[in-house]
Amino acid sequence: MKNNWPLWEVFVRSKNGLEHRHFGSLHAADAEMALENARDVYTRRNEGVSIWVVESKHITASNPENNGELFEPAQDKVYRHPTFYSLPDEVKHM
Amino acid sequence: MKNENIIQYIYGIADNALILGQRLSELCGHGPSLETDIALTNMALDLLGQTRSYYQYAAQLSGDGKTEDDIAFLRIERQYKNVLLVEQPNRHFGYVIARQFFYDVFHLFLLQELQHSKDEILSAIAKKAIKEVSYHQRFSSDWIKRLGDGTKESHQKIQEAVDDLWGFTDELFHMTEDDLLAFNSGIGVDLSKIKDAYYQKIKEVLEEATITPPETKWFQKGGKQGIHSEHMGYLLADLQYMQRTYPNMKW
Repeated sequence: MKNNWPLWEVFVRSKNGLEHRHFGSLHAADAEMALENARDVYTRRNEGVSIWVVESKHITASNPENNGELFEPAQDKVYRHPTFYSLPDEVKHM
Repeated sequence: MKNENIIQYIYGIADNALILGQRLSELCGHGPSLETDIALTNMALDLLGQTRSYYQYAAQLSGDGKTEDDIAFLRIERQYKNVLLVEQPNRHFGYVIARQFFYDVFHLFLLQELQHSKDEILSAIAKKAIKEVSYHQRFSSDWIKRLGDGTKESHQKIQEAVDDLWGFTDELFHMTEDDLLAFNSGIGVDLSKIKDAYYQKIKEVLEEATITPPETKWFQKGGKQGIHSEHMGYLLADLQYMQRTYPNMKW
């Protein structure tokens, strides 16, 4: 039965105020089942407060072959990092 | 109400959770897919967790040095007071889901009443379990609909399981003497009060799943008196093996 089910990507928000993070993937027949499966597979140890699921086919990924032109030009542009500001202690999760 | 009667009342609730949990545990590593395997095992753990709370309380009431493990592993078959429904075997996934669905709907109604028990511990256990069992009911109801309204084969298999297990549903509402004593003391639940709502809910879900509710009027009974089906001995042999073979063994 699993062979007939499409693949879904699972994103979990581990606590309020944090962003959803990619946790993994699973098989499910539809969105509702994907949510339940995600709850059972990825949040059974109290990992989350919110789940997103999206069918994997809806994700468009960059091609690793293009990494040279996509990402390498940024490597020597250190001035683009906001490292010259001092952050107040109250700002977390930056 | 004497402690001995309260203990028996507790067994009547807790043994269902233990035996159904044991049935679900048998599927660990054998579920039809990784996702359903984990889901069923999660439910088994929820049920065993509830069982522990009930047995710890029963052990405390017994005052004879018994522990939760003695209650779980060292009673003889006639002393288990679970309904026949929960001991029925995992013939195929349709049976697992139908059995779960028939029990979950009952279980949630039961806990919703039990949370108002005058017994503070039973009330607290019920309140905690309600969230777990709400999810169980959601899971099994969804699967009833998926299988019923799925392929021709899945429909035929879930209809078969519903037909076969239907005859075990009426026993859920039988009141033993201890049930009556508990109810009259404000500790226990009046099962007749939730019966109509139960069958109403069951029929709603079956209808949505395009499953025909059986018209059988003949129902099985016995488990609540400790008179079990032929499957129970094998289940207990698995469950009790370790404690019987290595008495007082600890992990």
